[in-house]
Amino acid sequence: MNKQEYTLSIFTENQIGLLNRIAIMFSRRKINVESLNVSPTEIEGISRFTIVINEVEEVVSKLSRQIEKQVEVLKAYYNTNDDVIWQELALYKVPTSVISEKAKVERLLREYGAQAVAIRSDYTVFETVGHRQETEGLLEALAPYGLIEFVRSARVAIIKNSEGFHLKLKEFEQQEPSEAIIENEFLDKRDEVFTM
Amino acid sequence: METLAITKEEESAKMAQPITSISGGQAVLEALIAEDVTTIFGYPGGAIMPIYDALYDYNDRLEHILVRHEQGGIHAAQGYARSSGKVGVVFATSGPGATNLVTGIADAMIDSTPLVCITGQVFAHLLGTDAFQETDVVNITTPVTKWNYQVTEASEIPHVLAKAFYIAKTGRPGPVLIDITKNAQIEKFDYTGYIPCNHIRSYRPKPKVRKEYVEQAAALINEAKKPFVLFGQGVVLGGAEKEFTNFIEKAGLPSAWTILGESAIPTAHPLNVGMLGMHGNYAPNVLTNDCDVLIAVGMRFDDRVTGRLDKYAKQAKIIHLDIDPAEIDKNVKTTVPVWGDCKETLPMLTELLDKKEHTEWLQHFRDLEKEEIKEVIHEELNPTSEIMSMGEVVKILNELTNDDAIIVTDVGQHQMVACRYAKFKNSRSNITSGGLGTMGFGLPAAIGAKYGAPDRTVVAIAGDGGIQMTIQELGTIMQFGADVKILILNNNFLGMVRQWQQLFNDKRYSFVNITSPDYVTVANGYHIPAKKIDKREDLKGALKEMLDHKGAYLLEIMVGKENNVFPMVPQGCSVSEIRLK
Ligand SMILES: Cc1ncc(C[n+]2csc(CCOP(=O)(O)OP(=O)(O)O)c2C)c(N)n1
Repeated sequence: MNKQEYTLSIFTENQIGLLNRIAIMFSRRKINVESLNVSPTEIEGISRFTIVINEVEEVVSKLSRQIEKQVEVLKAYYNTNDDVIWQELALYKVPTSVISEKAKVERLLREYGAQAVAIRSDYTVFETVGHRQETEGLLEALAPYGLIEFVRSARVAIIKNSEGFHLKLKEFEQQEPSEAIIENEFLDKRDEVFTM
Repeated sequence: METLAITKEEESAKMAQPITSISGGQAVLEALIAEDVTTIFGYPGGAIMPIYDALYDYNDRLEHILVRHEQGGIHAAQGYARSSGKVGVVFATSGPGATNLVTGIADAMIDSTPLVCITGQVFAHLLGTDAFQETDVVNITTPVTKWNYQVTEASEIPHVLAKAFYIAKTGRPGPVLIDITKNAQIEKFDYTGYIPCNHIRSYRPKPKVRKEYVEQAAALINEAKKPFVLFGQGVVLGGAEKEFTNFIEKAGLPSAWTILGESAIPTAHPLNVGMLGMHGNYAPNVLTNDCDVLIAVGMRFDDRVTGRLDKYAKQAKIIHLDIDPAEIDKNVKTTVPVWGDCKETLPMLTELLDKKEHTEWLQHFRDLEKEEIKEVIHEELNPTSEIMSMGEVVKILNELTNDDAIIVTDVGQHQMVACRYAKFKNSRSNITSGGLGTMGFGLPAAIGAKYGAPDRTVVAIAGDGGIQMTIQELGTIMQFGADVKILILNNNFLGMVRQWQQLFNDKRYSFVNITSPDYVTVANGYHIPAKKIDKREDLKGALKEMLDHKGAYLLEIMVGKENNVFPMVPQGCSVSEIRLK
């Protein structure tokens, strides 16, 4: 089995310390995290981790099961690049003088679909959104023109073949509520009570 | 002071009553009482003083055992949990108190022992300032806890503790740590009663049982010519001893155990074929690579059990019953996974099984057993040399206790010998540090085991190395009068390491020569009666004297210096390459 890029999409409760708990699961197995993004989801109180690693499938599947075992983790999916729509955002700061003087640069920007997000007299900031190769391409092209600064975000990804997590969550929450569930009057205030 | 814990019936009535104001420290103790905790092991200090102050008024409802070191405290809580099936509770102060718990937490994590550890922490406003005795114990313990949480406000305490107990004891049990800042222990808040937790949005303690898998598993077992069962602690944790016995009896399945599963069925059960793993019995190890269907029940294919994985049971179809979905396919690829609590899944499976005997196949185990008896066991239990063996000590202990003692072992050769030769009639009788192999576990765990099962005889068996790691707990025995019988099997060596050095490092005995204090004097210093023997003719009498004594007793027995534990699967070998000598 060959290593390839996998995107893990992990749905969790929003809880202090969980980032550490999840990070440890990678470092313990000596797996390097290529990219990590944590954001809120469409469901209140639920966060989504998007983590990219380079591994063989067997390792990824065992790892995601171990992650899922953590108390605050609701679900961990893993997908290959073919299974997800994904994007990264990149920002490039270049000297404005170069842009205005060298038409070549302008062409480059158009070619890479970059947008200017800030134009100052001394510098201009462009953004591109895309896969690593695309944002990387512009980076290489800009390097000879006095690139001042570059930054790229972590990957965000949407799983192609999925109905969205809220449906899954509904189903999940209906599963085997424990016997005494009705007697527990805190249940309807669950978010206040159990989400810490 | 009247208890503030509320029973379910009183719940609604109480809710309507005026709310009471109590401190965080009191709320901790109310939670413990509501969770049916009767015994706490612990050690006080500045950052947990408010809880101890509250404890002063709860003396009549909560028994606190003051240990001599926090490691002793947590091992005692583990022993308590393992013998009683309840959640073990330990208190420690911040910083050094909390870090002294770490070994026991790691041990409990790997052996799935339900614990709630409560640590004090500095005031919330001092967090992150390197305050006196401040240590980030939540982060230190993250990899070795099932769950942990830091409480910084008193009002969080009831529901956080409810959650802690629920997580510790449900699903695959494990240790939970709750770190409580000092202000949260002191603050008063409006207490409306304790409501046990039975649901957490993101937590599914039991996976859904998939009926089709149970059916597939049953079909495989029904077709099998040479089925073989491996059982682990999951059977005990699920309280499924009866269900398990019905299962193996109906289909006549030879069954072997991991050391944590050991006492789940009686040693004498006709289908019990012995111990698995590195120092396990010959037949179960050899026949693992001969069976056609391997049924693992509540065990996790630890490498000490499987030896080399690429040569492990390759010929067999594998059925794995486990409550923890992450265990399935973790080490050994399964043919059919049966997710679920084995108390539920085993009866479903048994129902679908054909009645069978597999007499011929079982006979294979018995034949190989005869070989093992001839080559190893007979001599170990009836040594011809003048020097005593660990095995014969265990054999006589079995006779004198009528196979009905709780045996708590430390780690080393004596542990393997005890697991191999101790006989058990009842479940929860073999308490040992399995996954972590923690030296120093035995003595404190035995203290805890006695509190967890006060009516049973508890015998701690330790080596001369391990006993010296937590020997200070003799002080706990002295102060609280715990009736624990302590057997030190002294071979003047760190025996197990010496055995490896002999077999694999050309007898280069590097720092395994350990000297001992005069244990009799040490014990007497703690007002514990003690004796040392080195002759076989004194063995039975001394053991009898120890067992007959009311209260704690220490017996040191000098055993062969360079005896080895056999059989043995050398590391990196397949289980069928097990050596008889
Ligand atoms: C805390 C800890 N340190 C080191 C070890 C490694 N170790 C395993 S067995 C053993 C020797 C145990 O010697 P002893 O307690 O005398 O028991 P014996 O093997 O002689 O029965 C050692 C050092 C361990 N398991 N635990």
